[in-house]
Amino acid sequence: MYHKTLAYRWFNVFNQLFLITVSLLCILPLLHVFAVSLSGKAAATANIVNLWPIDVTLESYLKTVNNPSFIRSLLFSLYRTILGTGIGMVVTVFAGYALSKKYTAFKSRNVYMWFFVFTMLFSGGLVPNYILITNLGLINTIWALVLPAALSVYNMILLMNFFRAIPVELEEAAVMDGAGIIRILFKIHLPMSMPALATITLFTLVFHWNSWFDGLIYMMDSNKYPLATFLQTIVVQQDFSKISIDPKDLENLSQRTVKSAQIFIGALPILLVYPFLQKFFIKGIVVGAVKE
Amino acid sequence: MKSTRNAIVIRKITASKMESNWIRGLKKTWPLHMLIFPALVIAVVFHYVPIAGLVMAFQDYKPWLGFLKSEWVGFKHFHSLFMFEESVQVIWNTLIIAVLKIGFGTLVPILFALLLNEVRINGIKRGIQTLVYLPHFLSWVILGGILIDLLSVKGGLVNRMITAMFGIKPIFFLGDGDWFRFVVIFSDIWKEFGFGMIVYLAAITAVNPSLYEAAEVDGATRLQQTIHVTLPAMMPIIVVVATLQLGNVLNAGFDQIFNLYNPLVYSKGDVIDTFVYRSAMLKGDFSFATAVGLFKSVTSFILIIISYRLAYKYANYRIF
Repeated sequence: MYHKTLAYRWFNVFNQLFLITVSLLCILPLLHVFAVSLSGKAAATANIVNLWPIDVTLESYLKTVNNPSFIRSLLFSLYRTILGTGIGMVVTVFAGYALSKKYTAFKSRNVYMWFFVFTMLFSGGLVPNYILITNLGLINTIWALVLPAALSVYNMILLMNFFRAIPVELEEAAVMDGAGIIRILFKIHLPMSMPALATITLFTLVFHWNSWFDGLIYMMDSNKYPLATFLQTIVVQQDFSKISIDPKDLENLSQRTVKSAQIFIGALPILLVYPFLQKFFIKGIVVGAVKE
Repeated sequence: MKSTRNAIVIRKITASKMESNWIRGLKKTWPLHMLIFPALVIAVVFHYVPIAGLVMAFQDYKPWLGFLKSEWVGFKHFHSLFMFEESVQVIWNTLIIAVLKIGFGTLVPILFALLLNEVRINGIKRGIQTLVYLPHFLSWVILGGILIDLLSVKGGLVNRMITAMFGIKPIFFLGDGDWFRFVVIFSDIWKEFGFGMIVYLAAITAVNPSLYEAAEVDGATRLQQTIHVTLPAMMPIIVVVATLQLGNVLNAGFDQIFNLYNPLVYSKGDVIDTFVYRSAMLKGDFSFATAVGLFKSVTSFILIIISYRLAYKYANYRIF
C-alpha cells in the first residue's frame, strides 16, 4: 500500500541516490590514489589529478617493481601470510573442533573455553610482549610474527559455532561405523563447514597481510620488514633512515606517483580476495554473532 | 546450568570413585585434549606469560637486571600516571575520541541498515553492500597513506574541493588538534559502518513479514512500520552491540591514530596506546609504559565484565 503513496516514492528516489552516493564515497579515495599512480609526474605534482589519470604512464609501477627493498618486503609478506595462515588454521581448527563437543562428552571443555576467552579480555600489553619475544630469541625471525598470532580465539569461536550446528546424528552414525574423533573431523566436520573455513581462512590471510606493527617492533633488520611495515615507514612515517637505499632511489621513493603506486600494490591482494571473501563472510559473522 | 548442578551432585555422591572416573574420562577424551594442546601452548606462552610480566609496572625495570633484580617501587608509576599533566591529558583524549567513536559508530550503521532495507531493487542493494564493506578490510597503513595525501593542505583532493565549492582557505586537517579529532572519528566511522551494519541487516531480514502486513492493514505508514515493527525487532542486537562497546571506552584505535598523527597534534590526538608506544619504544621508559598499559587493561577488563553481565541480563547474550 505504502509503496504507491507519492511521499514514499519521493523518499525512495532520494534514499537510493543518498545511499549510492555514500557507498561511492567508500571507494573514491582508492580510485583517486589509483589515478595518481597512473598519472604523469608533472600532473601529479601540479595537483590536477582527480579520479581520472592524466598523461597515463606506468612509470611509477616500473620504478616500484624495480626497487629491491619493495620487492623483498612483498615476498617476505607473501611468505609470512602463507606460513601464518597455514599454522593458524591448524591450531584454530583443531581447538575449535575439540571445543565444539558437548560438555557431557568432554568435561574439561568449559575450563578450556574460559582459559581461551580470558586471553581476549586481558593482556600483558606492549612491553611484556616485547620482552617475551626478545627472551625467546624470536626477534628478527619470522616466528615473532607468526607464532603469537597462531591462535585467534575469535575465529575459533566462529568455527566452533559452525561445528555445533552440524547434526549430532551424523557423528553418531560415524561412531557406529568405527570412526575415531580425528576421522570424524576430517570426514564430516571439515567438508560440511566449507563456508566457515573459507571465511576464517580469508580473515587470517587479510590479518597477516595487513599486520604492520609487529614487523615494526620485532624486526630490527629493515630487510625483513613485511610490506605493510615497509609502507608504514616509507609512505606514512616518511622515515627513510630505516631503509638502506642509495640517494637516487630516495628521489623515486618520495615521489607522489610512486607512493600512490606502492599504496595501491599494498591494497591489491585485499582487492583481489575481496570478491571471494564477500561471498562467505556475511553468513560466518552472523552465525557467530547472533544465536538463539 | 541444570546439568552442571546435577554433575556436582553426582560428583559429591561418587567422591570416592572420582579418580577412577577421571581416568576413565581421559581414556575417551584424550584425542580432544591433544587437539587443544597446540592452542593451549600458544595461549600460555604468548598470552599468559606476558601477563606475569606485568609485575614490572611495580618495579624500576632495567633490562640488564631482569625481573628478579630490578628494584621494587610499588605504585610510583601509577602515581606519576595521575600526576603528570601530559598523561592526564592523554587519558582525556582517549575517552573523548573513544566515546564519540562508540556513539556515532553505533548509530550510523543502524540508520544505514534501516535506509538500505527500503531499497527494493536487489541489484542496487547488493552493489551498495559490496562497496560499503570494502574499507573494513583495508589496513590503516594503506588508509593512512591515502588520507594523508587526500587531506594535504597543499593541493590534497579534499582541500581542492572545499576551496572550489565554498571558496574558503584550505584546512590543515592533520595539523590542527580539533580537526585531527574530527578526521579520526569521521574516518573510523567511514571505514567501519558498512561492516557494523551486517548484524543489523540480518536482524531486519529475520523479521516475520506478516507483522508488516498486519501493520499495513491497520493503516500504518512506512515510517510507523519502521518505528513499531523493525526497530523493536532490532532492539536485542542493538543492546548487545552497544553494551559490549562499553569495554572499548579506553580503545581509541592505535593503528589509526599512529598512522595519522604527528607531533603537531600530540596535545589533542595522543591516546593511551600511542602514549605507551612512545614511552616504551622511543623513551625506553619500560616500567612506566607498562603501568599505563596495566591501568588501561584493568579498567577495560572491569568494563567488559560489567557490559557482558548487562548484555546477558537484558538481551540474554552469551559468548559461547
